[in-house]
Parts: sequence; C-alpha cells; structure tokens
Amino acid sequence: MKILYFAWLRARTGCAQEEVSPPADVTNVGALLEWLKQRSPGHKEALADLTVVRTAVNQEHVQLDHPLKAGDEVALFPPVTGG
Amino acid sequence: MIRVQREDFDTGAELQKLTAGNTQIGGVTCFVGVVRDMAGGSHIGAMTLEHYPGMTEKQLMAIEAEARRRWPLDATLIIHRYGRLDPGDRIVMCAAASSHREASFEACHFLIDYLKTKAPFWKLEDTEKGAKWVAAEARDNKAAARWLEK
Repeated sequence: MKILYFAWLRARTGCAQEEVSPPADVTNVGALLEWLKQRSPGHKEALADLTVVRTAVNQEHVQLDHPLKAGDEVALFPPVTGG
Repeated sequence: MIRVQREDFDTGAELQKLTAGNTQIGGVTCFVGVVRDMAGGSHIGAMTLEHYPGMTEKQLMAIEAEARRRWPLDATLIIHRYGRLDPGDRIVMCAAASSHREASFEACHFLIDYLKTKAPFWKLEDTEKGAKWVAAEARDNKAAARWLEK
C-alpha cells in the first residue's frame, strides 16, 4: 500500500511517500492512521490531531471509515487551501 | 476544460478561445484569483503552491462536470497554477459561458467555491516570521455548502 504525505504532514513525517504493509486488522482509513502513528515520533506528531488531517484513497476524498484494500494509494494532507 | 500549470495565463486570450466559434453563447462569467500581499495581519513576500498531481486533475474535472450537469453551459474553463507565486500574480481562473447570464454567473461562482474546498492545493506563505502553511478557512466551507443540492 502506498502512502503519500502533503504540505506539513510531509514536513512532520519527514517523507513524501512510503510503501507500507499494515497488519490484517487494519481494514479502514481510521485504523491505518492509528497504525501509522507508531512508525516514528514524526508520524505520531503529524497525526496527533486528526481534525486537521484529510484523507484520499485512490485520489478521491474519503472519511475515516472508508475500507482499504491491498494496492490502494492513500494520501494524507491538511484541509486544502487552493484558489 | 481544465489545466494545471506552473506558467502564467492570459485571461483575455483564454476567454477568446473559450467562446470562439460558438454564437449561441450569450455571456461569459470569469473569476480570476490573485496573490495578496497581506494575510492575517502579516506581510507576505511570496508563496509556493503545492498540489497532488493526478488527484488535482481528477477533482477539477469532476467539479467541471458537476457544473455542466447543473447548468446549461456552452463552455467551461478552470486553470490553476502551482509553484512559486509573487503578490499580484494570477493563481486561478474559472469561467463559464452560457446562452443566459444567470447560468454563467452561478456556474462560475460554483466552480471557484467547490475548487477551494475540494481541489488538493496547499499554500506555503513566506511571511516576516518565516514560511507558514496557510490554514483552511471555515468561511470557504460555508461558501461551498451553499451549493449543496436540497
């Protein structure tokens, strides 16, 4: 599974993208975020406040209860500020 | 049509191209977003716009398709820039052309409101206190919410 980080989430985790293999009990986006927190102190800090983290799976906006499958592209980013 | 690009664009030339050859069009509404030099009381030197290549195009196309579903439009255009921008630079352009002005005004307003809450762009501002990621504003969500279908 590919994880992409944007804006300050990239800065805090220290990576723009990484390939991960979460355990079988990580079945949705919310569980994935909890699992990612354990990867490094930077990940833990970046994901400390999930009210300012938005998620996309395969380039569509999704909520935390969105189910995951192998090979998904999951992106984590702050609320968007374009325009 | 949608375009995501680093380069500047010529608003007049874009509008000309958008409506060329279609004499059914009765009006075009165009919004152009420009970089300000002040935000939240601090002075901004420049900003860098980051985006999510792939998802950005997908989201902009979906927003454009939704506008065309809701209003009778003859032509639509969204151009969004990324990379480093200075105060006064154009960031974004949305345009909607229709036989009727009401549809063109409303659709253009919808395009920019939806883009601001759905297109994956993030602004990093150079302020006097260093580089700062811009926080999203609640009023942008409110502006987009007005277009929710009842």
